[in-house]
Amino acid sequence: MSVFNQSRSTVIRLIFIGLFVVILAQLINLQLISGKYKQAAMDNAVYPKVMYPNRGIIYDRKNRAILNNSIMYDLVVVPSQARKEVDTLALCRILEIDTAEYRKRMVESIFKNSSVRPSVFEDLLSAEMYAKLDENLWKFPGFDLVPRPVRVYPFKAGANLLGYIGEADSGVIKRSKGFYRMGDYVGLSGMEAYYEKILMGQRGVNYMIKDNKNRLVGSWENGVYDTAAIAGRDLKTYLDVEVQQLAEKLLQNKVGAIVAIEPKTGGIIAMASGPVFDPNLLTGSERQKNFNKLFLDVSSPLLNRAIKGQYPPGSTFKPLGGLVALDEGIITPSFGYGCGGRYGACGIGKPACTHSNAGHAANLRLATANSCNSYFTHVYRMAVDNPKYGSVKKGYERWREYMTAFGLGHRIGVDLPSEDKGNIPDTVLYNKVYRGAWSSCTNLTLGIGQDMMLATPVQLANATCIIANKGYYYTPHFVEKINGETKEDTILNTFRKKHNVLTQISDTAYEAIISGMEDVVDIGTARIARIDGISMCAKTGTAQNFKVIDGKRTELNENSMFICFAPRENPKIAIAIVVENAGYGATWAGRMASLLVEKFITDSLTTERKKLADEIANKNLMPGYLVREQYKQDSIRAYNWFKLTKDTSVIKRFQRRNTPAAPPTPADGKTRVIKNTPPAIQNRTTFKIKRTATTI
Amino acid sequence: MSQHNPAISKGIDWLLVWLYIILVSIGVAAIFATTYREGDSIVQGFLSLKTDYSKQALFFIIAGVLAIFILLTDSKLFTATANISYAFGMVLLLLVFPFHTEVMGTKSIIRFGSSFQLQPAELCKVFVNLALAKYLSRIETDFNKPKAQLIAIAIALVPAIITIAQSETGLALVYFSFFLVMYREGLPAMYLIIGFSFAALVVATLLINPNTLAVILTVLAIGAIYFLKRLIKRKREILFLIIGIWGVCVGIQRFAVPYIFDQVLKPYQVKRIYDTIGKEYVPKDAAAAADIAKQTAGKKKEDGNYNVRQSKIAIGSGGFLGKGLLSGTQTRYDFVPEQRTDFIFCTIGEGFGFIGSSILLGIYFLMLMRIVTIAERQRSVFSRCYAYGVASVFFFHIAINICMTIGLAPVIGIPLPFISYGGTALLTFTMLLFILIRLDADRQMVLR
Repeated sequence: MSVFNQSRSTVIRLIFIGLFVVILAQLINLQLISGKYKQAAMDNAVYPKVMYPNRGIIYDRKNRAILNNSIMYDLVVVPSQARKEVDTLALCRILEIDTAEYRKRMVESIFKNSSVRPSVFEDLLSAEMYAKLDENLWKFPGFDLVPRPVRVYPFKAGANLLGYIGEADSGVIKRSKGFYRMGDYVGLSGMEAYYEKILMGQRGVNYMIKDNKNRLVGSWENGVYDTAAIAGRDLKTYLDVEVQQLAEKLLQNKVGAIVAIEPKTGGIIAMASGPVFDPNLLTGSERQKNFNKLFLDVSSPLLNRAIKGQYPPGSTFKPLGGLVALDEGIITPSFGYGCGGRYGACGIGKPACTHSNAGHAANLRLATANSCNSYFTHVYRMAVDNPKYGSVKKGYERWREYMTAFGLGHRIGVDLPSEDKGNIPDTVLYNKVYRGAWSSCTNLTLGIGQDMMLATPVQLANATCIIANKGYYYTPHFVEKINGETKEDTILNTFRKKHNVLTQISDTAYEAIISGMEDVVDIGTARIARIDGISMCAKTGTAQNFKVIDGKRTELNENSMFICFAPRENPKIAIAIVVENAGYGATWAGRMASLLVEKFITDSLTTERKKLADEIANKNLMPGYLVREQYKQDSIRAYNWFKLTKDTSVIKRFQRRNTPAAPPTPADGKTRVIKNTPPAIQNRTTFKIKRTATTI
Repeated sequence: MSQHNPAISKGIDWLLVWLYIILVSIGVAAIFATTYREGDSIVQGFLSLKTDYSKQALFFIIAGVLAIFILLTDSKLFTATANISYAFGMVLLLLVFPFHTEVMGTKSIIRFGSSFQLQPAELCKVFVNLALAKYLSRIETDFNKPKAQLIAIAIALVPAIITIAQSETGLALVYFSFFLVMYREGLPAMYLIIGFSFAALVVATLLINPNTLAVILTVLAIGAIYFLKRLIKRKREILFLIIGIWGVCVGIQRFAVPYIFDQVLKPYQVKRIYDTIGKEYVPKDAAAAADIAKQTAGKKKEDGNYNVRQSKIAIGSGGFLGKGLLSGTQTRYDFVPEQRTDFIFCTIGEGFGFIGSSILLGIYFLMLMRIVTIAERQRSVFSRCYAYGVASVFFFHIAINICMTIGLAPVIGIPLPFISYGGTALLTFTMLLFILIRLDADRQMVLR
């Protein structure tokens, strides 16, 4: 018995105490100090199941639902329950897949969501598939049909203005500061995006308890923290869906845009952009495929040309030029100009005029009706050279103020995202381009809506509204009211404000211009657009335009432009139409406008007029250069794909020499090369593919 | 129990008995909390003997019978049969090799029929403890001699080596706890200090950048020389000793540890050690990564890091008062793995919070202190050694198990005494404790 070692029992006791102190310290750290573990346990076990509300419905002016909700079904599978007794062959036959694909999807489901949780096997089933599956579901244990709300466009119209929804991507989630989450649907374009907050409603949350395999095993705390989903609110718009459908029909196989506005309210009756497509393409199971196709089309169907197409307004600008001159007191309605087919005052004999007979510009009214270029060029020059302002630059600045008042050169604030500005160049730009040395002769074609002037169709329609209203406008917009609108809904306030921009211009000046515009239809350039029984005031435009094609600045066929409002007294509709590269203004745009005016005002079309509508609809006016452009884009993409993947299957199509390659020059009748741009801008891509034994 | 029989109850330490009953009851309750499913009939669950908590309750009864049986024996029996029982234990351990059934990666279990299974490595602790106590209490044993020390170490570590061969590293490590007994009986403290320093150095090597650690060691050495300069002037050897220790330390951290981790240990073992100290282990090549994948495949979520994280979340989320016995989301919904056995402490931590965990720790602490007190009042060396053995084994189990669940020790699968689910473990701990109680009851009768 070694008594000597007795003290060691104290050491052993101290070791024991030491351990318990360490454990206790760590417990204090974990359980009392560190707060993160409580949250971590919550995150582990409590699953906030988001309940999605129905999105709001959009109605037109006659309360027809033009954007509605519907239910589509997903086929969902829990792989662990679907191992035996599933009639695989029958299922594959209904889904039109083979058994290899079936197995592949099964493996994917297990990989993604594990075998005990449900995964989507086939999403957004067609009605036919749904019916077949619903009937035979007992043959497929482990499979289930789960409803999912989708958006439908019952009138197949308004693709670009209504927009579409899609899953929120990381950018949207970031911008929303975490409000949106992965898997949320969010309006991506059009009114779906602009009115997202109103249409989406409020998400509800049901807190559920989940286990370690992420299976939901019950509600948490009996649902005391749950919140119910609140449905999105409906929107009532000014749209007339039948006019909209007609507008889209008329723009079939054409590149261009139509905007129709109710001048008294600024409410947009119709807005179409060509080429048109069925908005239902972007819902349902094929949406991604369809989107890719539309996205890669060089004619850009997804581009809303009504707010993003920037065109030289051409002669449709002339009434505005006339109004400026009248208001400045430079001319009176009886002012005449002797035009002999050219404007010679600047010594270059340009611009030319379609008329050369004497007296076609004897007064403002006649000049408007006959669309005399010399007259309005001269009027423009007089306005900017007005001795009152001392210099052309000051005069031009004053003139530009008028343009701003007409809503040109800046966004007017329509209730759609990503509107374009158009362009009314300022003196800074002209000083830069001409190094300070420019006069009214330099940019004289501004008087006939050319030079660097650009306007969007919605701006032109709005300017027409200002003429029709004699000086005021409401910002063009779609939505008349929000269902259950409260004081907090400020989104519509800007659209209810009257803008008295040009009411200082005298009524006589407006009357003079409006009379001239009425004559355009009655005796002038747009007689073809005349409607019996409706007094229409209009202005045609046949605007020159250029495009860089294959590195050369090429003049294309003129854009067919048209603005109008009707009837003359108490106007109900104002329209602006652009049909790209279609030629003479009245022929295409003018006839379209007359059909739309008649449809809106009389609410019907006669059989004869319906025939005309069909005739216009069936006419293909797609610019010829698009074919070649598409070929170029496709082949460049194929080449990049080849570079990336060494997969030759796509590019081979473009390598065969005697394939029906695109025409070497644009197929427009009257294209002519103006000048060559320097090689640096040339956009040539040469295909050099190293042929190796393995790749080809 | 045996309260009514004065012959048996005489001299019995009732405090230990009560602590034992409380602990096992807590264990059954904790197992009940983790395995009970909403809607099951509790009475039926206990009577059916199919649920884990009913099985544990049955083991409790069996353990009670065994305890009474032990109390009925004569304490001389244990001294007399210590060596034979050691031999019996060794045979049992060796029998595992031909007759084992592989369950969940361990090769240490013998199965009898379909429901009963035995883990000799667990049971053997009792026999080793007895044999070691017997050896140390022999009159002819002079524990100051290295030969005696080596024999004692061999008695403790031979079964450990056999157990390692059965892939039960955790149970094997328990045998190292007998060093505490030997320390008490006179094993030079230097052994423990060197062992502990070595472990600290290895951990530091893993945690601290090698160059930084080398600088720290050098600074320590220079500091020691500076403070001991007077001593060194008198005795040159001390200088060489310090330089020698410094050299060995740097050698270990620079060469020995990297070599062991790269060449000796398997990548999955390295990963487990890294997981424990909270460092990310990057496999050095594809073969190592494949080895880890192979070792972790099949055992779902057998990722040490995951286990420890979930376990810490469970205990941490308990807070001060806990969530209540059946309201712990972590333990009720299977986020914590092995929660009936190795991670049972999570259930208490989550369900009863800091208060409950502290009470449990208090009970254990009381028990350990009581055993040490009992050990010191023994007149026989055998009884004292045995008591220290019991204390050491309990201490080691509690330390490793609880430290593992709160992220202070590597994930080593050893049970929490009296609480973890498992029949062999409960019977082993019961035998260890009640043999002690029996010996203590007879402490007045024996001299040696």
